[in-house]
Amino acid sequence: MTVSTADDPIKLAEFEARLERGETIEPKDWMPEKYRKQLIRMMSQHAHSEIVGMLPEGNWITRAPSLRRKMVLLAKVQDEGGHGLYIYCGTETLGIDREELVEQLLTGKAKYSSIFNYPTLTWADIGVIGWLVDGAAIVNQTMLAKTSYGPYARAMIRICKEENFHKRQGYEICTVMAKGTPAQRAMVQDAVNRWWWPSLMMFGPSDGTSPNSAELLRWRVKRETNDALRQRFVNLTIPQAQAIGLTVPDPDLRYNAETENWEFGAIDWAEFQAVISGNGPCNRERMAARRKAHDDGAWVREAAEAHAAKQAARSREHAA
Amino acid sequence: MTESKSGASRAAGVAAAGPTAGIAGNPLFEYLCRLGDDRLVLGHRLSQWAGHAPILEEDIALSNFALDFVGQAAALLKLAGEVEGQGRDEDALAYHRDENEFRNVQLVELPRGDFGFTIVRQYLFDAFDVLFLDRLVKSRHEVLAGIAAKALKEARYHVRHSGEWVVRLGDGTEESHRRMQGALDELWSYTTELFVADAVDATMMEQGIGVDLASLKAPWEITVRETLARATLAVPNDQRVVRGGRLGRHSEHLGHMLAEMQILPRSHPGAQW
Repeated sequence: MTVSTADDPIKLAEFEARLERGETIEPKDWMPEKYRKQLIRMMSQHAHSEIVGMLPEGNWITRAPSLRRKMVLLAKVQDEGGHGLYIYCGTETLGIDREELVEQLLTGKAKYSSIFNYPTLTWADIGVIGWLVDGAAIVNQTMLAKTSYGPYARAMIRICKEENFHKRQGYEICTVMAKGTPAQRAMVQDAVNRWWWPSLMMFGPSDGTSPNSAELLRWRVKRETNDALRQRFVNLTIPQAQAIGLTVPDPDLRYNAETENWEFGAIDWAEFQAVISGNGPCNRERMAARRKAHDDGAWVREAAEAHAAKQAARSREHAA
Repeated sequence: MTESKSGASRAAGVAAAGPTAGIAGNPLFEYLCRLGDDRLVLGHRLSQWAGHAPILEEDIALSNFALDFVGQAAALLKLAGEVEGQGRDEDALAYHRDENEFRNVQLVELPRGDFGFTIVRQYLFDAFDVLFLDRLVKSRHEVLAGIAAKALKEARYHVRHSGEWVVRLGDGTEESHRRMQGALDELWSYTTELFVADAVDATMMEQGIGVDLASLKAPWEITVRETLARATLAVPNDQRVVRGGRLGRHSEHLGHMLAEMQILPRSHPGAQW
């Protein structure tokens, strides 16, 4: 693994030519250091988001209102753990190990999706997270399934299939509640009101202010801009809201027949900045929960290592 | 242990099935609730680990086991509702029975504790479960035998997993050994309830539906002692006998668990979710 920041210009030209031809980059291929770093940043953020994302939804596993809902939610949270594991493994192909990545999360050096710093206050939040948050993730991940780094692209193809399932289940919860009692209707509308803007923020800063976008696009790590993906998500979602009689909390929302876009109001980027810099409603709780799990589990990990070492010593004795 | 016949159905919407009504009236219903409730309560306790386990692989494994147990519970309680014939489905039984109508053993309702406590409890139950289900697959009740056959495949995996962790943590570090021995000492007496047979079990055995619980004790002890030996853990010498769960007498913990689990359906009567 090279550490120089100035990459060999001939290799760089070859690398960019490969991307131009639409080839994927594999772990053993040469890549610019910046490309490697950007991918580690994106992939580890993605993995961390899956892990932290288990917390807000896990908050309702013990209160799921039917056995079927309980099983579906358990399976979803389990899938998220699986996605996290899978993407951590993918990130390891870039020359960094999981322990180090987890350390970066726990020390606050690495980020995770801002969306998981909002609280899940009612059961309707579980429906709305599936519908909006997984819905937004799918739009982003469908694009990433065509990313230039092979292991990430393959992970996204597999993960997208499961996310689609989660989205359908979330939307179904919303549908049932929207047709339910007045209290249930109020609950699901309130959840949409709370999660709508944070969901739009999931696509990241606007193109003009996104610090990483240009390079990521040039190297085909990302294939579309944050704003284009956000617009696609809104266009997909508004008819779904209308179909079940829910509204989104945006007085400026209107359909532009010419562009066929649902135009939406201004995003509160100050809120976004506050949340990603650690001052969202649940940042501290989420990190505290992760650290507690890590610290409480230290004796287990130490014991597993100690046992493995004893076993290895025993089998050496046996062989001798 | 005697049972009060009054005050069992204090919650609105609960059918008149007091603690002893099932035993006298419908032993199969009673039997299925016992099996279903063990799994529901244990699954619930396991589900409390999702997102909080010592390593990511265990978040996934424990969620998976929780899912298996809740799935088994749903099938068993659905069948119980059909057998009862009073229009109650698996959710009515899970969410609209009070604490004293739950028929699980107390072993499964104890709070999850640390990872060591969860693993020891799980192993003690899993070792029983494999033996139990291995007999239940031969039940003359076809649907029940089918549920048991599916559950047995899961249980074999569970016991391998929890057994490996018992050995790993028992024979790991000084701290892990101390924690595991502590959990084992605390849990040991609760296992007695798994093997106590009463009139319901006798009736189910006579009808070729149920399992001879007493006959499972010796093979269970052999398996468990062998694992504990490999884990360098001492078999506790605890003479206390825990019982009552099968008749709706529980520890103080189950009520809190159910209060949390049942909150939504109880707060919104008649709502669909």
